[in-house]
Amino acid sequence: MSAAAQPAPAAEGRQPLVAIHGLSKYYVRGDQVIPVLVDLDLDVYAGEYVALMGPSGSGKSTLLNLIAGIDKPSSGEIRVTGVDIAALSDSELALWRSMHVGFIFQFYNLMPVLTAFGNVELPLQLTTLSRAERRERVATALELVGLTDRATHLPNELSGGQQQRVAIARALITDPTLIVADEPTGDLDRVTAQEILGLLARLNDELGKTIIMVTHDPKAAETAHRLIHLEKGVLVG
Amino acid sequence: MAIPLGYIARNLLARRLTTALTAGGMALVVYVFASVLMLAAGLRQTLVSTGQDDNVVVIRRGSQTEVQSGIDRSQTGIIESLPDIAVAADGMRLVSKEPVVLISLPKRATGKPANVVIRGVTAASLDLRPQVRLVEGRMFRPGTSEVVVGRSIATGFRGTDLGETLRFASRDWTIVGVFDAGHTGFDSEIWGDAEQMLQAFRRPVFSSVIFRLADPDRFDAVKATLENDPRLTLEVKRERQFYADQSQALAKFISTLGTGISIIFSIGAVIGAAITMYASVASRTAEIGTLRALGFSRGAILLAFLIEALLLGLIGGIAGLVGASAMQALTISTTNFQTFAEIAFSFTLTPGIVVASLAFALAMGFIGGFLPAARAARMKIVDALRAA
Ligand SMILES: Nc1ncnc2c1ncn2[C@@H]1O[C@H](COP(=O)(O)OP(=O)(O)OP(=O)(O)O)[C@@H](O)[C@H]1O
Ligand SMILES: [Mg+2]
Repeated sequence: MSAAAQPAPAAEGRQPLVAIHGLSKYYVRGDQVIPVLVDLDLDVYAGEYVALMGPSGSGKSTLLNLIAGIDKPSSGEIRVTGVDIAALSDSELALWRSMHVGFIFQFYNLMPVLTAFGNVELPLQLTTLSRAERRERVATALELVGLTDRATHLPNELSGGQQQRVAIARALITDPTLIVADEPTGDLDRVTAQEILGLLARLNDELGKTIIMVTHDPKAAETAHRLIHLEKGVLVG
Repeated sequence: MAIPLGYIARNLLARRLTTALTAGGMALVVYVFASVLMLAAGLRQTLVSTGQDDNVVVIRRGSQTEVQSGIDRSQTGIIESLPDIAVAADGMRLVSKEPVVLISLPKRATGKPANVVIRGVTAASLDLRPQVRLVEGRMFRPGTSEVVVGRSIATGFRGTDLGETLRFASRDWTIVGVFDAGHTGFDSEIWGDAEQMLQAFRRPVFSSVIFRLADPDRFDAVKATLENDPRLTLEVKRERQFYADQSQALAKFISTLGTGISIIFSIGAVIGAAITMYASVASRTAEIGTLRALGFSRGAILLAFLIEALLLGLIGGIAGLVGASAMQALTISTTNFQTFAEIAFSFTLTPGIVVASLAFALAMGFIGGFLPAARAARMKIVDALRAA
């Protein structure tokens, strides 16, 4: 069922969810300019599950961070749902992220002092939902990732796989437009990694979530519908 | 739209020892700060409550205290003839001419001499000071060398027990009673017969005249009458004001000195809070990056760390206040340099001091927490996330 290395499904007339045009990112250190991403074009359509691969240092994380609106490009345009996010101010961007992006990190990045419930609830603190509505949503999300019975556990009382499930529930909770995952299985053993990948595939299949995932693992990349290769800041293949 | 308080408070709890030590440092400063203010408040309260509202004190113009004052019999006669003086149920006019002198007695604890007020009193004196009650022995007999001592004298000075004799003004005076003046300045006085005192001290003049107004609203008129009379050189004050004025300088001295010391100490506590908060920010860099990624703004991060620092200050403030409130059990005796006489008073916690101490603690937290919080808010998200 792998659809790796296929071009974007060019559904004519459909607007891409993510439209990247002429994107460059470079760092300046002293009088040295370090190019990380060079004049990059990419479209991602709603409902896609994209795997981003490439050697270490090729700029995968940088690209993902730019799409997720936590970093600013040096030049070029990133449109997500038609909004040029590079043009947004800091606080507009924060609000935009809270509504449109769900994050999954390699090391889970849960708040150590909050329970699984509290961690999943965290993004909802930025909404106007009532306490009861929040509780209901968190319960649903925890059920989806199979952790209903661990709601009151702190992160250090959970296994790595369980922590990543909590993180996935947190990424889902605001019903975002886009989910970004940077090596979500990088810290997990093979069996646990398969479970997490299965969960991500379900989010894409059953809930229609658009997912962009950075990974080093070809097995993980196989679960995606489309594979993008990045090398020295340029898309290949 | 902000980071939940539970998250902030739990981070303080997670670092229990650091939190306790930092808050402890602030608690010590608040303890000193509150104690000193309580001392000043206690002094002020003792002296203010010494005066009665409708009593009037008359002293010689220009003399700050009764000890410095002198009023001869021709002038006291004019005062006594005022029609505004209240009359007791038994027909006695409520006016008293009193000599006030200082003698030196050894303190019970140290043996060091301190000045004590001797007041010659009359039949009307007790009616003028209803707060004074005899608690041991009996009242002195007029026309004898007997005295009664205030409660703070009896507990604070040597040779002042019931039945002992005090030697002053070339006479032996027998202590026949102890009185309680309800934590007012009179507790630090020795009372005997006014005429006996004048004779013994060979003084031709009284120190002050105290009387009760029949109509308290007539104070201004009475004051004008006495102060404008060309035969008199007198100053007229409400008794409450008279004693309140005596507390001003010492209370101000205590609170200024104490506040100054507290502020110097607080620099240490603020640095401690800043170090703790910097450590808190550093150890949670990845968390800060994650919160920002999830959509919490720079302002929310700044606020969260400021609240954390304020909570730290609040814990310190409450702990310091609890410690300071235990001081209320203590009575302090010291020389009031306005009257040169020893005065006993207690640490007194007032609502104003509670508010001031908590504000002081919160200010320490805020100042200590501001730079670390600003650093947390300034971080770039990608840099913060890389710190994982
Ligand atoms: N703040 C920075 N200053 C200078 N160079 C940087 C900075 N951040 C990233 N880079 C450089 O950008 C390049 C791409 O980094 P990026 O993290 O995107 O790589 P990656 O493809 O995610 O690598 P990996 O697979 O190891 O995670 C690297 O060469 C890195 O050294
Ligand atoms: Mg990376």
